Amino acid sequence: MAEKETDLRQILEVRDLRVAYGQRDGGVWHALNTVSFAVAAGEILAVLGESGSGKSTLAASLLRLLPGNGRITRGEILLKGGDVVRMSAVQLRQVRGSGVAIVFQEPSLALHPTIRIGMQICEVLRAHGGLNKRERSVRAREILARVFSDDIERIFSSYPHELSGGQQQRALIAQAIACKPALIVADEPTASLDSSTQREILTLFLSLRDELGIAFVFITHNPALLSGLADRVLVLYAGKVAEVGPTHAVLSSPQHPYTQALLRCLPQVDGGGAVRRNALLPVIGGAAPSLAVLSRGCVFEPRCEDRMEICQIRDPAAAMLANRHEVACLKFPA
Amino acid sequence: MEPIIRVENLVKRHTRRGLWSRVADFTAVDSISFSILPGTTLALVGESGSGKSSLALCLAGLERVTSGRIWFEGRDLAALGEKELREVRPRIQLVFQDPANSLNPRWTVEEIVAEPLLVQNRVSRREGDARAAQALERVGLAAEYLDRRARDLSGGQRQRVAIARALILEPKLLILDEVLSALDCSIQAQIANLLVEMQRAYGLAYLFITHDLRMAAHLADEIAVMSEGKIVEQGAAKILQGLRRSEMRSLVGASPLKPETLGEVRQR
Repeated sequence: MAEKETDLRQILEVRDLRVAYGQRDGGVWHALNTVSFAVAAGEILAVLGESGSGKSTLAASLLRLLPGNGRITRGEILLKGGDVVRMSAVQLRQVRGSGVAIVFQEPSLALHPTIRIGMQICEVLRAHGGLNKRERSVRAREILARVFSDDIERIFSSYPHELSGGQQQRALIAQAIACKPALIVADEPTASLDSSTQREILTLFLSLRDELGIAFVFITHNPALLSGLADRVLVLYAGKVAEVGPTHAVLSSPQHPYTQALLRCLPQVDGGGAVRRNALLPVIGGAAPSLAVLSRGCVFEPRCEDRMEICQIRDPAAAMLANRHEVACLKFPA
Repeated sequence: MEPIIRVENLVKRHTRRGLWSRVADFTAVDSISFSILPGTTLALVGESGSGKSSLALCLAGLERVTSGRIWFEGRDLAALGEKELREVRPRIQLVFQDPANSLNPRWTVEEIVAEPLLVQNRVSRREGDARAAQALERVGLAAEYLDRRARDLSGGQRQRVAIARALILEPKLLILDEVLSALDCSIQAQIANLLVEMQRAYGLAYLFITHDLRMAAHLADEIAVMSEGKIVEQGAAKILQGLRRSEMRSLVGASPLKPETLGEVRQR
């Protein structure tokens, strides 16, 4: 029952998404392949992946912000019913900001260095029309009040360099929520922050979700950030979805051999609660595959400890386990 | 056993200058004392702005200390002149967080790793190259990487090169300033293993600066918690169970795997 309800409230559905980059040598890099997933209204979906897994490509694709050599070669990105992949420039402008907004990793690069924070938020409001100058400035203060607990006036008239990293990230989030998007894509939003500021920003995400019903696609390389934040986790490896499921299920009983190997790399806690000091940590042998050529079989097969003969030949399809936990591994019959 | 390094009441004060006059003094490191035994690791944890990196720069002799003593090889580094410092510095090496910024992207790996030796004027070019190959092997990179340029390497490979560069001068103390923070977890595990193996093989002492309490507990013999320039909590990694200080609690709470992390340190 519950599943059906969430399906109805789905605001983003990605179907069979494929993204490729043209390379300088004339070749093609297949950054994302057959990626499908959905996000419900007010849901926080974490995308967990290491460098080169395609997680930032995914973030950029959702807003069609790929660099010039990147192209969506196939698939659909259904956002509130419209297909982002096939939208005209005019439609895209409307959807960006009010349908889906993005928060980048490095706020000091994403904010304009010589325009005051308040004006940068007014600018977003202006671009989406409907308010006069005075209304915009009132509205901008209301928006800032959502993400800062005090000092609104000072923040409003500050330049980015006068703010700390955490405050800059808050200002960027204020910009993102200015036009009440249904979905915010956050690409490693806390990677440049220290741990207590990190927690403040993550708490802010949770409250925006609870109060405004905003859904999040939260992109990260750090599995340790997920518990207590994400509702579901999608694990990306070499441009493909390895595993997706409820956060607790994926973190505490990962089913895909890649997820299992990745989580084993973290220093473990033994039964007595102690970390085994100075022991060597398990590592994942080998390196991530080149995506210049799409080879047959499972992308993780060369590094997989559980590989079978069939893994070299057949591409694993997602198998549905209990509780909306999906795994793309041939150990599980689809 | 004699400590490799013993720090006594170290103070580092920065003077902020305004356009016309001195504005205010800022105490980055406030009367800190600790020592590290050979072959052991002291982890220094704390939030940004707590003074960890200022302390690292003072120990490496890259910043002059305001007051206090740094005992290393029977000498007080704080009292040494530039010429004597230069003689000591090779045995205290510093590795930074982001190898993409701390290595020259256009140099070859060989040039990067051999440079400290050549700067020290201690060896010929040919011997420098041979030693570079050796240092590279120690950090698990094959000799074929010698001709690659830093910009063509992955993050983990670059961090290995940065460590090889520090190792080539045969240091006794490595200051590791957030060396794992910029890496993917599977790569973090590889570099953490490399650090453990090198410590076993060469008896190196580490000052491991981090905000990752889990990794600190994994690698360190002792953990010191820094806040506003002071060490507010310090103890063997095993007995750090009280968590009396709110700084410590907030650090632990902030570290993402909240309940588990808290439990894991408490139960030590």
